[in-house]
Amino acid sequence: MPDPGLLVFAAERVTGALGEHAAPDALEARRMQALSLAVHIPIVCFGIAFPAMFLFVHGLYLRTRAPYLKALAKRWSKVALIVFAIGVVTGTILSFEFGLLWPDFMATFGDVFGLAFGLEGVSFFVEAIFIAIYVYGWDRLPERTHFLTGIPIVISGFAGSFNVIAVNGWMNNPQGFTVVDGRVTDPKPWDALINDQFWHELIHMYLAGYIVAGFIVAGVYAHAHMRGKRDAYHRTGLVVTLSFAALASLAQGPVGDWAGRTVMENQPVKLAAFEGLPRTEDSVPFTIGGYYDADDEEVRYGIKIPYLLSLLAHHDPTATVTGLDSVPESDRPPINIVRFAFQTMAGIGTALAAIAAVFLLTWFFRRRLPRSPWFYRAVIAAGPLSLVALICGWIATEVGRQPWIVYETMRTSDAVTASDGLEIGFAVLVAIYVALAAAFAWLMRRLTAKPEQEMAAR
Amino acid sequence: MAEICIGFVILGVTAYAVLGGADFGAGFWDLTAGGAERGGGIRGMVQRSMSPVWEANHVWLIFILVITWTAFPVAFGSLFSTLMIPLFVAALGIISRGAAFALRGQAATIREARVLGATFAVSSVLTPFFLGAAVGGIASGRVPVGNVAGDEISSWLNATSIAIGVLAVLTGAYLSAVFLAGDSVGAGQPQLAEAFRRRALGAGVVTGAAALGTLLVVREDARTLYDGLTSGDGLVAVLLSAVAGVATLALIWTRRYGVARLSAAAAVAAVTVGWALAQDPYLLPGELTLDQGAAADATLTALVVSVLLGFVILVPSLWYLYRLVLQGRLTQEYEPLDQRFRPIEAGDERRPG
Repeated sequence: MPDPGLLVFAAERVTGALGEHAAPDALEARRMQALSLAVHIPIVCFGIAFPAMFLFVHGLYLRTRAPYLKALAKRWSKVALIVFAIGVVTGTILSFEFGLLWPDFMATFGDVFGLAFGLEGVSFFVEAIFIAIYVYGWDRLPERTHFLTGIPIVISGFAGSFNVIAVNGWMNNPQGFTVVDGRVTDPKPWDALINDQFWHELIHMYLAGYIVAGFIVAGVYAHAHMRGKRDAYHRTGLVVTLSFAALASLAQGPVGDWAGRTVMENQPVKLAAFEGLPRTEDSVPFTIGGYYDADDEEVRYGIKIPYLLSLLAHHDPTATVTGLDSVPESDRPPINIVRFAFQTMAGIGTALAAIAAVFLLTWFFRRRLPRSPWFYRAVIAAGPLSLVALICGWIATEVGRQPWIVYETMRTSDAVTASDGLEIGFAVLVAIYVALAAAFAWLMRRLTAKPEQEMAAR
Repeated sequence: MAEICIGFVILGVTAYAVLGGADFGAGFWDLTAGGAERGGGIRGMVQRSMSPVWEANHVWLIFILVITWTAFPVAFGSLFSTLMIPLFVAALGIISRGAAFALRGQAATIREARVLGATFAVSSVLTPFFLGAAVGGIASGRVPVGNVAGDEISSWLNATSIAIGVLAVLTGAYLSAVFLAGDSVGAGQPQLAEAFRRRALGAGVVTGAAALGTLLVVREDARTLYDGLTSGDGLVAVLLSAVAGVATLALIWTRRYGVARLSAAAAVAAVTVGWALAQDPYLLPGELTLDQGAAADATLTALVVSVLLGFVILVPSLWYLYRLVLQGRLTQEYEPLDQRFRPIEAGDERRPG
């Protein structure tokens, strides 16, 4: 890791490989990219977590031979295939947008971080092959072979996010190259791949995948539970998904703490934006709610908890925390967006952990599901809430990195396409995504309404 | 190392043109199959054949993109910025095509299937056209190095681009008809096999004529490319493609669909390889050579090692998938698309009308 001061110096001088060009404003391009990411990321959660869930139920079936388990695993895997198909195309848009929106980012750094995408391509391939074999292989392949063909889906789902997050970690903590006279030279792709920002982002996202997919599916069965469908099929659907989501929710607390402290070390300005901390100080309180007033440089109407931020950031109540004043104003992200997103994520995360605790305590000590209808209402709400938390987490890290596309090395406005007319593209993209969401929601509703016997027979 | 990496790109383009192209072509036949009842057979066969493989086939496109931006980043940035319009439209077509196809498999009424099917089919025609138009822009030397350094319109709205776009649509339709004729025999549907055989013969003749026409257009519009295609290695590739194309027609005529799959694929592969040979040693003709555009050796080596290791996993996996599919062990039972809705419709009281 080069000296941060040097990196800032280098930042003034990195010129894109495509040469000088007028780049008025990256806002429209950032909107398009953000929209496409927000559509794709929830689907990624299902890619990460759902295969493990249906394979788990499939494994239970092979042990117990209870037909409802097979029906459940089969149905989940069919839903997973549809979700995967949608993910294939929404992911393709992202690859296109890298070039369409950020040509100079790709031209300048493609050789540094591209390797991760090469590996991602391989895992995506494996996933596409085996999810097709597995889902279309029900009752056609020998039983044992069929179960085994599910395993590569789980592994490649993990490997895919491993590689994509390696690139995102690298954008936040760039390494594996040298800047000579403003030119990026001497790429070391393996160093870029395994960067310092990588591990906590990966684990944080991986757990988020289980939380989001788990609570969304659990919500469907919680709804069924409230309507009196409490047979073994629905009960298993609820318990399996809720268990995955609950365990991940509880683990997310310590991982979030780890993530926060790594961000503080590598990107102190981003952490200061999370908290709306104007000046570098010691014994810093943590402020909940309120908004950041840029003129007075303080958070207004928030609830202050003394020493908590120092305690969270350094595990020491009197420690010094770097504030926004450590960099010039032009190098700071938009504070309120980042802070609001961060606080929403952390707040929802805490609420989800509470739901998780209620479920796990009741399950382990009383050996049954909670009885209060409020628990089931909470589980139904947890699905959408976890999605909001997921998106907010990504907003916090992505907007929090601004104005940089490659932290302290390349400005987002230097990477963006010189083409204008992105407004039209943005409008068309919104229309397509709205149509896609409507069609998907419509057919999912129909699918969940189909009786499971019919699904099992198909 | 740069040669190996461009080899990967050519491999990807070829695989995508053959496998992805055939899936787009299936959409073409879906589009032109006629009314719900008359076209039900064709559409059912398309649904049956494409379902297990289209996602894996599509990944070749991603493969091309990641290899290009890693190994040839400047070329990637230049062509994606100048060719923004056709590539963006192709990307939208890819979303609509894939999503509509996947969701059509779950449609519960003929009305839903019709809307989704139309979306699937129309975008299956638009996408290869715009991808082909983008290829035409590159091959005719209309993409200079830089961030939108070329003309955003004329780089893809020109004679060569339009000819290659049309050729891409037709080639997909031709391949698809050949593959579907074989699949129909496998599904025990001799009448459908005949229907696809007629389509394959027709599309083969039209595609061959369009290929010759494209060559004439290129002669006027992009002389350097034409010279590359009509001399040396480029000429060999073009002639091989012609021979494979004629051989495929003969095989289809005599109903030998298994071998026809291979020769049809070879005819397309010869064209993509021929294109690469024709513009050798340029990545962006007249602008950027392979050596100028290649990333540093450390990156190329890492990429080659990773891709080769990846192939160790991928090749057996793909072989397993296609073997299962061609043996008919993964494919659904064949069912004309309009028929499958009848029992459900009869029992579905909420259905309007």
